[in-house]
Amino acid sequence: MIATNSSEPPAPTVAVRWARWFTDGWITTRRNLIKIKRVPDVLVFTTLQPIMFVLLFTYIYAGVIDIPGSSYKEFIMAGIFAQTVVFGSTFSGSAMAQDLRDGIIDRFRTLPMSPSAVLIGRTNGDLLINAISMVVMMATGLIVGWRVRSSFLEGAAAVALLLLFAYALSWMMAYLGMLVRSPEVINNVSFLVLFPLTFISNAFVPSATLPTPLRVFAELNPVSALVQAARQLFGNVRPGPPVSDVWTQQHPIATVLIGIVIVLSIFVPLSVNRFKNISSR
Amino acid sequence: MMFVEAQGLTKIYTPKGAPPVRALDGLDLSVPQGSVTALLGPNGAGKTTTVKVLTTLITPSSGSAFIDGIDVLKHPGSIRPLIGVSGQYAAVDENLTGFENLDMVGRLYHLGAKASRQRAHELIELFDLSDAANRPVKGFSGGMRRRIDLAGALVTRPKVLFLDEPTTGLDPRSRLGMWDVITTLVGEGTTVLLTTQYLEEADRLADSICVIDDGKVIARGTANELKASFGGQRLELNLVTAGDSATVAQILALVGDAEPAVSADGHELSVSAQNAPAALQEVLAELESRGIKLYDAGMRRPTLDDVFLRLTGHGAEDHVAKDGGS
Repeated sequence: MIATNSSEPPAPTVAVRWARWFTDGWITTRRNLIKIKRVPDVLVFTTLQPIMFVLLFTYIYAGVIDIPGSSYKEFIMAGIFAQTVVFGSTFSGSAMAQDLRDGIIDRFRTLPMSPSAVLIGRTNGDLLINAISMVVMMATGLIVGWRVRSSFLEGAAAVALLLLFAYALSWMMAYLGMLVRSPEVINNVSFLVLFPLTFISNAFVPSATLPTPLRVFAELNPVSALVQAARQLFGNVRPGPPVSDVWTQQHPIATVLIGIVIVLSIFVPLSVNRFKNISSR
Repeated sequence: MMFVEAQGLTKIYTPKGAPPVRALDGLDLSVPQGSVTALLGPNGAGKTTTVKVLTTLITPSSGSAFIDGIDVLKHPGSIRPLIGVSGQYAAVDENLTGFENLDMVGRLYHLGAKASRQRAHELIELFDLSDAANRPVKGFSGGMRRRIDLAGALVTRPKVLFLDEPTTGLDPRSRLGMWDVITTLVGEGTTVLLTTQYLEEADRLADSICVIDDGKVIARGTANELKASFGGQRLELNLVTAGDSATVAQILALVGDAEPAVSADGHELSVSAQNAPAALQEVLAELESRGIKLYDAGMRRPTLDDVFLRLTGHGAEDHVAKDGGS
C-alpha cells in the first residue's frame, strides 16, 4: 500500500525540538566526557603537555629573550595559552573522522535525535578539555611567577576569549573531519598548519623582531590577535615594544570576537548540513 | 499489508575520474508486516545501499520508498522512531561499556532516563551480555560487539528491523548464536529486512527471499521455491584421471537435470539433481563397473554461487572480481 498523508505522525513542536536539541546535546557530550576519563592520552595531553610548555619556555628562553619593559614570563604565558587551546580544538576533527570510520555516525543518523547533537557533544568535549588545560596552565604560571595584572573580570574575559576562539575552531575542525574522513590525515595536516600558525605570530617573540615577510604574516595572523587580546586582558602588556599599527593588532579583542562570529556562522550550519547527508563507507 | 515498500530505486554514484556507478538500478521491494524478507546477493549487488536508503541514511537518485505508509524520502524524521538498524560493522562506541552504549541509544530515542536504563538492563539480560555490561566495548570479541549493536537496534522495540549482513565476518559459533537471537525476534512478530551473502542464512531465517544483482531484484520467492528452481542438490565428483571427464560427464548428464559443469583441469565435475542420494549411488555404481577412479564424491546443497550461475550466467565470486567488490 502507498502512503496517504493522514498516516503521517505529527511533527514535533518547536518546544519539543528545542528540548531535544538540549538533551541530545548533553547525552552526546556525556559520551565524550566518558571518553576523556577512559582514554588517558587525552588527559595527559591536556594536563602534562601544558605544564611542560610553561616550564620549558619560562625557564629556558626567559634568560635569553629580552622583552624591553616586561618580563618574558609575563609575555610568553598568553602565547602558551593560545597555542595550547588552538591545538586542543583539533580533537573534534579526528574524532568525527574516527566516528565515521567506526560506523557509529550511521547509528546516530538513524536515531530520531537532533542532527546537531553529535557535533555539539564533540565540540563541547574540546571545550572541556581546553578548560581543564587553561586551569592547569594558569596554576603552573602562577607558580613560576606569572600574574594577572588586571582585574578578576578582565582575567575571566581573557580565559573566555581563548576558549571561545578554540571552540569556533573546533566546529571548523569537525567539518574538516567529516570532509577528509581520515583521523590520521586530520592529525598530520592540523600539525602542519597549526604549528607555523602559532609560531609565526607574536605568541613567543614580539612580531617586530621578525624578518619582514614573517612579520607581515605574524601581524595579520589571527592567532596574534588572540594572543594580543589575552595579553591586554590579563594586563600583561607593559610599555615596551611598540605594538604593530595593523588594525587587528590595535583592536585585538574586537578582531577576535568578529573572527569567532564569522567562523561559527559559517561552520555551524555547514557542519550540521554535512552531518545530515553523511554516511560511513 | 506491505509494511516496507520500495519502487524503482536507483542510486548513481559518480566517483571522480571514473565512470558513474549504478549501485541501484530500478530495485523494487516489498516486505509484508510481521515477515522476514532477505535480500540475497554478492558484495556490490546493492544490498547495503538499499538498506541505507530505507533507513534514511542516503537519498536515492530516483524512486520511492514507504515504511508503514510514510514517505521515507519526504519524512525521514518520522521514519526514524519506527526503525531499528544493525549493520555489518558494529556501530558501537568503543570507549563506552555495553550498558552505556545501550543507555545512550535509549536516551537518544527519547525514552527518558529511567525507562532507558531499564531497557538497557533488559537487553543485556536478553542478549546474555551480563559479562560485558560494565566493561568498555574495546576489549570485546567481534560476536559480542555485534550482539550489542543488534541490542542497540532493539532498544525501542522497532516496528521494522533492518539487519545488514548480520553474520558476515563472524565465526561459526557466533553465527549460530546470532541466528538464535534473530529467530527469537521473528517469533515475536517483528518485521525484518535482512541482507546476506549466504543462501543458508536466508533459507534459515527468511520467509521470502529477493535475489539481487547489479542493483536489481532478479528472482524472488520462498526459500523452497527458489531452491526448486536451482535444481535441488548438487552432485560433485573429483576424478583421479582428467581424461575420464568426457565419459563421466555423459553419465552425470543422465542423472542430472541440467548440463554437468566440468572444471578447467577436467578433474572436478558437478551437476544438479532432484534426488541426489539416489543419483549419487547410481553414478558410483556405474563408475565402479567401468573402473573409473575417484578422489572424492559427494552431495551439497546449492550455494549462492549456483544460484548466480543459474540466474545470471556468472558466479557470485566472479562477479565480485569483475566489479572490484564494494
